[in-house]
Amino acid sequence: MADTPMIEIDAVSRYYGIYRALDDVSLDIAAGEFFSLLGPSGCGKTTLLRSIAGFDTPTSGDIRIDGQSAIGLPPNKRPTNMVFQNYAIFPHLNVEENVGYGLKRLKLDADDERRRIGNALEQVRLAHLGKRKAHELSGGQRQRVALARALVMRPKVLLLDEPLSALDKKLREEMQVELRTLQKAVGITFVLVTHDQYEALAMSDRIAVMFGGRIAQVATPKEIYQHPLTRQVADFLGGMNFMQAKITSESAVNLSVETTRFGNVTIAKPKGFTASNGQATIGIRPERLRVLWDDAKADCEVTGHVVDRHYFGEITHLIVEVPGLEKPLSVSETNNFGADDIPVGAPIRLAYDPDALVAMAS
Amino acid sequence: MVALPGSIETENRRSVAGRRRWTSSDEAKGLTLISPTLLYALALLFLPVLIVIAYSFWSQDYLTIDRSFTLENYRIALTEPIYRDLLWRSLTISLAVSVITVVFSYPVAWFISFHGGVHKNLWLFLITVPCWTSYLLRVMSWKVILGYQGVLNTGLMSTGLIDKPVASLLYNSNAVIITLVHSWAAFAILPIYVSLEKIDRSLIEAAHDLGDNKLWSFLRVTLPLSLPGVISAFLIVMIPTVGDYVTPKLVGGKDGVMIATAIQAQFGKGANWPLGAALSVTTMVIVSAMAGCMVLALKLFVRRIK
Repeated sequence: MADTPMIEIDAVSRYYGIYRALDDVSLDIAAGEFFSLLGPSGCGKTTLLRSIAGFDTPTSGDIRIDGQSAIGLPPNKRPTNMVFQNYAIFPHLNVEENVGYGLKRLKLDADDERRRIGNALEQVRLAHLGKRKAHELSGGQRQRVALARALVMRPKVLLLDEPLSALDKKLREEMQVELRTLQKAVGITFVLVTHDQYEALAMSDRIAVMFGGRIAQVATPKEIYQHPLTRQVADFLGGMNFMQAKITSESAVNLSVETTRFGNVTIAKPKGFTASNGQATIGIRPERLRVLWDDAKADCEVTGHVVDRHYFGEITHLIVEVPGLEKPLSVSETNNFGADDIPVGAPIRLAYDPDALVAMAS
Repeated sequence: MVALPGSIETENRRSVAGRRRWTSSDEAKGLTLISPTLLYALALLFLPVLIVIAYSFWSQDYLTIDRSFTLENYRIALTEPIYRDLLWRSLTISLAVSVITVVFSYPVAWFISFHGGVHKNLWLFLITVPCWTSYLLRVMSWKVILGYQGVLNTGLMSTGLIDKPVASLLYNSNAVIITLVHSWAAFAILPIYVSLEKIDRSLIEAAHDLGDNKLWSFLRVTLPLSLPGVISAFLIVMIPTVGDYVTPKLVGGKDGVMIATAIQAQFGKGANWPLGAALSVTTMVIVSAMAGCMVLALKLFVRRIK
């Protein structure tokens, strides 16, 4: 990470009356980073993004962009550009005029302006649609126009407000790859707001997960998925089998716990962890449980029987009741070996790796 | 009975089905829905206009109408200095009224739409309040305000700004313009307000984001996108004011006489219906042409800005 962060969010709070949209948020975003703000609706992620863009003013705290405090600066004076959720394509202008909108204020000579518009449209592969009007564009094309219109300004930071949420699934997945490639090519800091965990995991260098105006965890996609700090984070990012375990010993970095079905394990202690009644919440992801076929053996096993089965094409979710566990386990197994044929009611053995168990702060 | 050739039977059935399909189509439903209004409009608007056009090509022969075709009425309407002057004055007054009304109404509509907050409906309601009283009363009240001993003169005198009443306030074309602007303001504010309401606010944010300050984002985004409202406001005000009869009669004096007075005179005292009809048709055609020009000019103006 670079020495000076591109964006420094310093103890920012935003109140609407008594409602706290942002509650003492601090965050550094490095130059050239693809950073995602992830959370459910109403968690404050959009407010934070709009504060960086200048459309919203924090009640307290400071936002520095490239070392300069941006508080009090209107959006047109900030080195940021935004891709709006509904794309905000100017309906009275064609594609080229939309992309060139911001360049008009820079008073470039005509050739330079045309070249920059051309390059930007090239980047988003829309060079052939320059004369189209906004209403003649598809959702994906509108999104590209919005991207080109922001990128042509050569901002230090590009802000994206749920840019893919209006697209259908297939196009969304395509655009995820494309956005990521584009970001690598232009090297601009991207800040993306999304409520889609897969989108955040697939595209970001780092993710900040937000709940109720606060940041719950900032980490790389892998770290955040494999080692969620809190139960809320774990739950928001995919499935997780939660269970309670008794703490037998606790050090500064580790917890030793006694579980009913997963034996005695020592696992990393998450930041901010406090035990309640000597108990800890631990969990294991559904895909870290593996079906053991026939007489296959594993070092660590749990046994139970299938109570339900959900088919998802390439995978099947098996709901497995294990005696001694308060809730049945959810198991995600690929269909390569016939997991979709396991009948409901069948006895089943599951293998797991003790390293896959994580402890979380409640 | 011999069986009918199959083709005829199917054809019959098909045409019945076709008819049924049309009667249950959206088009048919739409036409049914508008038919009372449509018939009403045809009977009370289209037919009278046709009659007026027919009259304009006839001529008055003392008490009877000579129904042989003539263009004499149009020659008089277009070449007689009095009618030319009246028509010209009517057009300039209505143009001035519509420009002033739109210029004054736009900020009001803009304020309500962008800064009306939760009180938008209250503001709109307040704007319609003057329309609750009769049009005649509103025009009359301007006589009270603009008169020699009126509210404006006595008010200005009591502040010491003038020491004798200004006589030029009432009974001229300025008085007609002032009164008409006030009468038509609500009709200009509403269409402009509606078109401003329709503008997606994120477009204005996008303009700011791309470097525009408030003035530029207004000129490059808000104004062009509210143009349909501005054009409707323009037409709503301009078209009826050309032919306004009551206001010039009450506050216009002899300098404020407009074409409608002349038309009325031909149908009344002058007893020359064909000439009155020709004057009406001429006015209609010129107003339509002027309205078209205004629309074009506004569109060109906006294209220049972007």
